[in-house]
Amino acid sequence: MKKIEVRNVTKMFGKSKKAIQLLREGESKQSILKKTGATVGVNQANFEVEAGEIFVIMGLSGSGKSTLVRMLNRLIDPTAGEVFIDGEDIVKMNKEQLRNVRRKKISMVFQKFALLPHRTVLENTEYGLEIQGIPKETRAVKAMDALKLVGLEGYENQYPGQLSGGMQQRVGLARALANDADILLMDEAFSALDPLIRKDMQDELLELQAKMKKTIVFITHDLDEALRIGDRIALMKDGSIVQIGTAEEILMNPSNDYVERFVEDVDLSKVLTAGHVMKRAESVSIEKGPRVALKNMKELGISSIYVVDKKKTLLGAITASDAIDALERNEGLATILQADVQTVLPDTLLTDLFEKVSTASIPVAVVDENNRLLGILVRGAVIGALAGNNIDLNTIPNGKTEVAAGRLEPINRIDFSSKSVQTKQSNHFSSESDQRRKVIQQDNTILNLPSQPNESLNSDREVN
Amino acid sequence: MENWLPKLPIADWVDVFVNWLTTNLEIAFNAITSVLETVVDGMVSGFGYIPSYVFMILLTLIAWKIANKTIALFTLIGLFLIANLGYWDPMLETLALVLTAVIISILLGIPMGIWASQKPSVRQIVTPILDFMQTMPAFVYLIPAIFFFNIGVVPGVVASVIFAMPPTIRLTILGIQQVPADIIEATEAFGSTTGQRLLKVQLPLAMPTIMAGINQSIMLALSMVVIASMVGAPGLGADVYRAVTQIQIGKGFEAGLAIVVIAIILDRLTQNIGKNKKQGGTA
Repeated sequence: MKKIEVRNVTKMFGKSKKAIQLLREGESKQSILKKTGATVGVNQANFEVEAGEIFVIMGLSGSGKSTLVRMLNRLIDPTAGEVFIDGEDIVKMNKEQLRNVRRKKISMVFQKFALLPHRTVLENTEYGLEIQGIPKETRAVKAMDALKLVGLEGYENQYPGQLSGGMQQRVGLARALANDADILLMDEAFSALDPLIRKDMQDELLELQAKMKKTIVFITHDLDEALRIGDRIALMKDGSIVQIGTAEEILMNPSNDYVERFVEDVDLSKVLTAGHVMKRAESVSIEKGPRVALKNMKELGISSIYVVDKKKTLLGAITASDAIDALERNEGLATILQADVQTVLPDTLLTDLFEKVSTASIPVAVVDENNRLLGILVRGAVIGALAGNNIDLNTIPNGKTEVAAGRLEPINRIDFSSKSVQTKQSNHFSSESDQRRKVIQQDNTILNLPSQPNESLNSDREVN
Repeated sequence: MENWLPKLPIADWVDVFVNWLTTNLEIAFNAITSVLETVVDGMVSGFGYIPSYVFMILLTLIAWKIANKTIALFTLIGLFLIANLGYWDPMLETLALVLTAVIISILLGIPMGIWASQKPSVRQIVTPILDFMQTMPAFVYLIPAIFFFNIGVVPGVVASVIFAMPPTIRLTILGIQQVPADIIEATEAFGSTTGQRLLKVQLPLAMPTIMAGINQSIMLALSMVVIASMVGAPGLGADVYRAVTQIQIGKGFEAGLAIVVIAIILDRLTQNIGKNKKQGGTA
């Protein structure tokens, strides 16, 4: 469901009639300023925010992001365009209707906290309810609930001046949560906090969001923050939105040079997850004998294989040589199963799995919470993804919200049919020394031929 | 200049206007006169009922509660000095005159300041009027004030109000405008009405500045007491005036000292009102 719809919203500071006309004709911000003296605040912005989504509007200072978010609750009146909240155009509303929308549907958190210094934490939190005329007892209960949510229980009788910046912003957040609006506008809410506190607050916001499922529009100038918390990100420049997409889309398919330059320094290993780079796992069912396992391995050109049960639950791995022994002794797979295999969850960030991947003798298995085998991590693909090769990523082309799978979406929605996974080289086990030599080869190949990493992986495949 | 533009007859216009006011608004002026007289006289006789030592102790305790020990001690010694010099009753009359003028200044000035702070057009009209009130020499409006309100305490009160009200208005405007824009934005974002914004946010936050304005009004009203005595207002001002006209330098100093003591007490008290209520209130 679309919670917020923004259609051609434009804000012009200064004489606007002629300037709007010029803007429609596609004139640039600079030439309009020269010709009419009017400044383009926001240029015909269009976007939609789904219910329950964290939509980040990112841009440098002066890009119009704060102006844009203020037009969502009409703290700034748009010069042109429409803003639909739950399907109603707030631009056309009168004062009374607008006040009601602000009271019931939209809350806001501010960069400089904007708390009332003459009121206690509790009284600050109550403010939104108080002006709606809600009785004192009711609003105190609601405000206390909100304060508990943000971890400020026990501070309710302090004054804002007695709290640290991080705590003050928690009060700001509690105040916004207290009146139970569906939409939360956060204008650079964490920018005034120092980096460690900021990261804590981001984590807490994500935790809260998992519980409360608000629709959040988050403004920031910090790319890392945008990538960390945004389900989707709109990048603004000179009042225009230059690109809207998930973190992965913006990083991997920048729509123009500006976006590309903006994102070039991003550490991909802190954005991409195991789910993005994993390959399809070849496995054999525990009920099958060693003969079937050996046949599979031979066909795939690999020296070991993961063993699963009927429900695809990961049981362990077997090697080809053990399988040959078992075949000779006429035993089942259970006897040769090595149960202590390395596993990671699909939402593990690449930066957190380097060590496992580099020390494991066989490709690390990606499993879900129920230990069901989802895929494996091949070193070449991990490195390829870090080098910015889309071909090594799952679900990048046209990937809509699924790409956010890393965090909120059910993991089984990761698209196994995408091109990079279909190539048939995935499982690739070998003896440890061989493996090491081969990884070096693979790395070289990838660096030399970035466009064809999969072929290069195939080329040196051999069965031990 | 003179050749092509004759002198503007501003003096004649003002004379005509004052005459018109005296004849046509007599009832209104009489009503104002009797109300103000009642208020001031009531206050004087009210203060007079309280024995001087009770009054001293009462004011000392108030000073202790609102401000601190030092100021309380000063209040006690200062009031004792005034009583000792024999200026107790004139002091009460002066106090009544000043308080009446200040109360009127507050009652008119704060709403005016709020109105002007909300509407730039009002502000544009009010500001030059305030300049006029503060800089026009008091004697100029003291004479017509006698026409309107007769000789006595009332024209003194009116002159004091005209001179003392501007700081209250100015600092009310300033205080409200100084409330940080992001706080105003926040109150708007939560759907406050204009009244809620004013009462719950702007006025409380502007209070220290408004109090500074009231403090200034009190000081200015006190500085008017000698001038007010020229149109017949009783009190310490009258004593100073008499001493000056009779060249009794010592007596004049005594009465002047009493005014200074009252001024300092009132200043310290009003400066400290509302200060120690909110310890955490750093903006």
